[in-house]
Amino acid sequence: MRILVVGGGTAGTIVANNLSRRLTGEIRAGKVRITMLSASDRHMYQPGLLYVAFGQMTPDQLYRDQASLLEPTIEFHVDPVKQFLLDKKQVKTESGKTHEYDILVIATGSRMVPEETPGMTEGAEFFYTEASAVKMYKKLREFKGGRVMVAVGVPHKCPIAPVEVMFSLDDFFKARGIRDKVQLKYHYPIGRLHTIENVAKWAKPEFERIGVDTETLFNIKEIDAKNKIMKSEEGTEVEYDLLIVIPAHRGMEVIERDNLGSGGWIPTDRYSLKMNGHDDVYVVGDTTNLPVSKTGSAAHFQAEAICENIASIIKIGEPVRDYDGKVYCFIEAGHEKATYAMFNYLNPPDLKPPSKPMHWFKISYNHMYWTSVRGLL
Amino acid sequence: MSETKVIDARDTFCPGPLMELISHIKHVGVGDVIELLSTDQGSAADIPEWVKKVGHEIVGSEQIGNVWHIKVRKAK
Repeated sequence: MRILVVGGGTAGTIVANNLSRRLTGEIRAGKVRITMLSASDRHMYQPGLLYVAFGQMTPDQLYRDQASLLEPTIEFHVDPVKQFLLDKKQVKTESGKTHEYDILVIATGSRMVPEETPGMTEGAEFFYTEASAVKMYKKLREFKGGRVMVAVGVPHKCPIAPVEVMFSLDDFFKARGIRDKVQLKYHYPIGRLHTIENVAKWAKPEFERIGVDTETLFNIKEIDAKNKIMKSEEGTEVEYDLLIVIPAHRGMEVIERDNLGSGGWIPTDRYSLKMNGHDDVYVVGDTTNLPVSKTGSAAHFQAEAICENIASIIKIGEPVRDYDGKVYCFIEAGHEKATYAMFNYLNPPDLKPPSKPMHWFKISYNHMYWTSVRGLL
Repeated sequence: MSETKVIDARDTFCPGPLMELISHIKHVGVGDVIELLSTDQGSAADIPEWVKKVGHEIVGSEQIGNVWHIKVRKAK
């Protein structure tokens, strides 16, 4: 049984490690082989980018060598996939190799695409890559006061990030003693402050408390970087001195190029996490087209469901469980406090008041993540 | 020739039906219709509000069981 995992991010790494442990006996007996293909020899803790953007972490703290995170029984290649040949149960890689599989797990993730919004690359700051997060920090450092506008593209990963940015900005400018010289305004694509209704209800008085102005039904259309004006699809305009955006995202190019899914999102069964029409292909993490948050936690819970099922199919011929839509998101709420949102397909989150212990838990999780991707947590 | 694409946004709290619509409407052609399936009772109000504000067109809205079927034509 050849299991091929494409992608070495959170989802792919948990899948490979979890399967390796569940199938130790089968691997030792030569009945199962697990191979991972990744585009990088390094693994980034992506939630740390927000801390880099506010000077609370440095980029080197975000990385580990990918090989060091993997069980020794996993065959690991830094060789990104160039083409998926699902009918032949093969993938071809950039180096020219062909890998055959019996079970394929696609975990290629997502990428921000600021270049698809006119003026965004030139006129806005963002933090979804190492370089952009460092650049944003330098802009914040040199900012002396004025209008700081925050806006959100759709779809994007880490749906809590827009809210967290506002609390981080408030803390940052207070610490520098210039909060009274800064106007903070938050723009959101739908008719409330967050897509999760309970987060929106919680954020409204919190934003009022820290002095954040808001505008809803605002989808970024274009940015006039020269005149520092952001225009919305809904016909409104705002002037800014510093613009921070969460850019829209797409799946990876190879997914679109091979027509596996519009926008780079692969049509996926929401319970089995199998690619629609392909019994031997699983999709996990940001890569799915599911109406589920694109977060590391969703990837984690999906990976666990997939691994239990692949292992049980190998051992007893049947899957054992469905993915229930579970997501758990920390929410950094400023002043060294945090809360969280946990929900699934059927149960909405019930937000608790922010507390210091939850913030400490989040800070701890920034380190515990490396245990998590090893499949131990 | 215009096409209809079905988006299944039932039982989702994040990103939610309107976010799903905003996301998917980028990838269809002008004149194409998106049929959004939603179990969020707020969808019958907030989706038409956004569609009207942006300038697209609601071409159908009905509740079958507990599922809203809202059809939106991309107008620009």
